[in-house]
Amino acid sequence: MNSVIEMIEGLGRSVLNALARLGLAGRFFLAILMVIGVPLRRFSLLVRELYFSGVRSLLIIVVSGTFVGMVLAIQGYEVLQRFGSAETLGVLVALSLVRELGPVVTALLFAGRAGSAVTAEIGLMQATDQIAAMDMMAVNPIARIISPRFLASVVSLPLLACMFSAAGVFGAYLVGVKLIGIDDGSFWSQMQAGVDFRLDIVNGLIKSLVFGVAVGLIAVFEGYYAPPTAEGVSSATTRTVVTSSLAVLMLDFVLTVWMFRGLNG
Amino acid sequence: MPLPAACMDHEMSVVKSAPTHPDPLIEIKDVHFAYDERPILRGLSLSVRKGEVLAVMGGSGSGKTTLLGLIGGRILPNKGKILVDGQNVPKLDRAALYALRTRFGMLFQFGALFTDLSVFDNVAFPYREQTNLPESVIRDLVLLKLQAVGLRGAAGLMPSQLSGGMARRVALARAVALDPMLMLYDEPFTGLDPISTGIVARLIRRLNDAFGLTSLVVTHDLDASLKIADRVIVLAEGQVYRDLTPDDVRTTTDAFVRQFADGLPDGPVPFHYPAPPLLDQLLGKTVAGPNGGGTP
Amino acid sequence: MKKSKFDLAVGLFVAAGILALVFLAMKVGNLTGLETSEGYRVEARFDNIGGLKVRAPVKSAGVVVGRVDSITLDSQTYEAKAILRIDQNYKFSKDTIASILTSGLLGEQYVSLEAGGDSVYLGQGDRISKTQPAMILEKLISQFLFSKASESTGTSK
Repeated sequence: MNSVIEMIEGLGRSVLNALARLGLAGRFFLAILMVIGVPLRRFSLLVRELYFSGVRSLLIIVVSGTFVGMVLAIQGYEVLQRFGSAETLGVLVALSLVRELGPVVTALLFAGRAGSAVTAEIGLMQATDQIAAMDMMAVNPIARIISPRFLASVVSLPLLACMFSAAGVFGAYLVGVKLIGIDDGSFWSQMQAGVDFRLDIVNGLIKSLVFGVAVGLIAVFEGYYAPPTAEGVSSATTRTVVTSSLAVLMLDFVLTVWMFRGLNG
Repeated sequence: MPLPAACMDHEMSVVKSAPTHPDPLIEIKDVHFAYDERPILRGLSLSVRKGEVLAVMGGSGSGKTTLLGLIGGRILPNKGKILVDGQNVPKLDRAALYALRTRFGMLFQFGALFTDLSVFDNVAFPYREQTNLPESVIRDLVLLKLQAVGLRGAAGLMPSQLSGGMARRVALARAVALDPMLMLYDEPFTGLDPISTGIVARLIRRLNDAFGLTSLVVTHDLDASLKIADRVIVLAEGQVYRDLTPDDVRTTTDAFVRQFADGLPDGPVPFHYPAPPLLDQLLGKTVAGPNGGGTP
Repeated sequence: MKKSKFDLAVGLFVAAGILALVFLAMKVGNLTGLETSEGYRVEARFDNIGGLKVRAPVKSAGVVVGRVDSITLDSQTYEAKAILRIDQNYKFSKDTIASILTSGLLGEQYVSLEAGGDSVYLGQGDRISKTQPAMILEKLISQFLFSKASESTGTSK
C-alpha cells in the first residue's frame, strides 16, 4: 500500500518537476529573445556559431540527403511500377523530401551533430565558471554566448534542410533516371507539376524554422542549466538529443495537421 | 558592537565582532542567506576597508563563496544589506549592477579563462566589450597587463596549453584589465604547487598596492593568505567568528582557529558527520540517517 | 586571420543553402508557374464534383490556366460551389463551359474550360453558368444497364 502511495507521489513530483522545467525554459526563451539583437548587430558572433553549427554539419546533411533520395527512388519505383506510373517517381520523392524528410531528418541529424556540441560547450563553460566570469565582467552571457548559438541554429536548419532536399532530389535523379532509366523529361516535369512552391516548399521551410527554434532552445537550455560536473554535462548532452528528437517529431505532427487542414477538398 | 577602529595595524588584539571602519568600501549588514532551506549565512556583518587585503577563511560550506556571489550581485540575500561603494547591491537593477561590476575584478577558482579564446584575446576581452578603444591601443594595454603577470611571452597560447598557475595569472591580468576598485578572489590558490601559490599570492599583494585596489580573498589556504593579508576573518555558522591580524592567527589559543591554522582533523569542527552512535546503528537499534544506508 | 576563414566558409554555406532553395523553387517546384502570378476568381456550380480536390488544375485545351481555390456546398441548392482562380493572362467568354474530367483512367480530376463564342469575358467574381458534373462510374454503369434493359424490353415487344 505504502509503495503505491510512494509511486503516485513520485509520479506527481516528476510531473511537477517537468512543468517547472518547462516554465524555466519558457523564461529562458524570453530572456534570449530580449537580447536576440546582439548577435545581429555583432555579426561576427553569429558567423562563428554558424560555422560551428552549420558549416560543420554540411557534409553529414548532404551525404545523408543523397542516400535518402536514392533509397526513396528505389523503394518508390518498386511500388509505382506496379501501377504503371513509374514516371511519377519525381513527385513522390520530391514531396516526401520537401514536406517531411528534409525538415525532419535534417533536424534530427542537426540535434545529434550540432545541438549536442552546443550543449556540451555551454555546459563546460558553466562548469568552469566561464559564464559566471563573463557575467562578473558585466557582459551578459545570454547575449554574448547563448543568443548567437540559438540564432545560428534557427538560421542553419532551414538552409541545411534545403540542401538535404536538394541533395535527395539529386540522389533520386541519379537512381531513377540514370540507373533505372525513367524518362528524364517526365521525371522533372511531373515533379514540377506536383510540387507547389507555397504549399510544399514554403511549408517545409516553416517547419525547419520551427525545428531550428526548438533544437536551438533545447540545446542552449540544457547546456546552461547542466549540473556543473562531468556527469551533469554528459547527461545534459544526451538529454538534448533525446528531447530535441521527440520535440521535432511531435512538432512535425502538429505542424503537418495544421498545414494540411482543409486541403482534402 | 565593540569597535576597535584601525585594522591595518598588525599589533591589533582579537576582536569578536565585525569592526566598522572609517572608510569602508564594502559594508555587509545582517545578511541572511539560505540555499534550499539550508541556512548558509545567518546575520553576517562585516566591512572591508579601502586599500586593504582581507582574507576570508572558513571551512567548506561556511558561506565563503556565497559571500562573493552576494557582493557581485549574482545571488540575492534573503535579508540584509550589502553596500558596495555606497550602493545596496541586492536592490540594483541590471544596468546599475553591470555598471558597478565594471569596477570589479574577479578571479575565479580555476581562472575561468574563455577556452575558445587565446591568452591575448582573453585579456583583451574586457577592453573589447567595455570600451571603444582602437585595436592598436588594446594591443598595447594587453601586453602591459600580461607583462605585469610575467606572461607576455604566452600571449599567443590557448588556455588549454597553460599550466594551472599560468592560467591563474592570465585570469588575474584579465581581472585587473579595467583597473577595478575592488578585486574578488575565489580560492585563488586551489590546486597550485607551492611555487605558483607564492607567485599568485605575491601578485595579489603587489597589484593591490600598485593600483590602489581593495582585495577580498576567499580561501582556505592559511599559509598563503597570512603572507599577504592585512586582516583575516574567520567565518563559522554563517557569521563572522573571529576578526584577526595575521600575527594573531599565529598566536591565538582559540580552539577553532587553532584547528583551522594547524589543520587538526578533529576539534570544534567535528570529524564525523552527525550520526547516531555507531554501536546502536550496527546493532540495528536506530534507523539510519539520510546518508546512513543502514538497514532498519 | 581566423575570422576570415569563418567568414568565407559561412558565406559559402549560406550561398549554398540559398542555391538549394532556388533549385527547389525553380526546378522541383513550380515557382515559375501560375502560383505567383495574379489571377481572377470565378465561380462554377456543379451537381457533383466527384473526386475533385482543392488545388486541382484548371485546364483549357490541356493547358493549365488556373487552379481550384476552394470547394464548398451550397446549403440552399445542394450544389457544389467551386471557386476557380484563373491566370489573368487568359480570358474566357461568358458562355464558357466548365466540366470535370479525369486525366487518364485513374488519374486526378481537373476542371476543363471550353470557351464559347460570347464577346463578353468573365471577370472577377463572375459565375460560369454552364457546367457539366463529374462522371461517376457507378452512375455510368447503372445508366448503361438501364438503357440496355430498356433496349431489350423494346426489342422484345
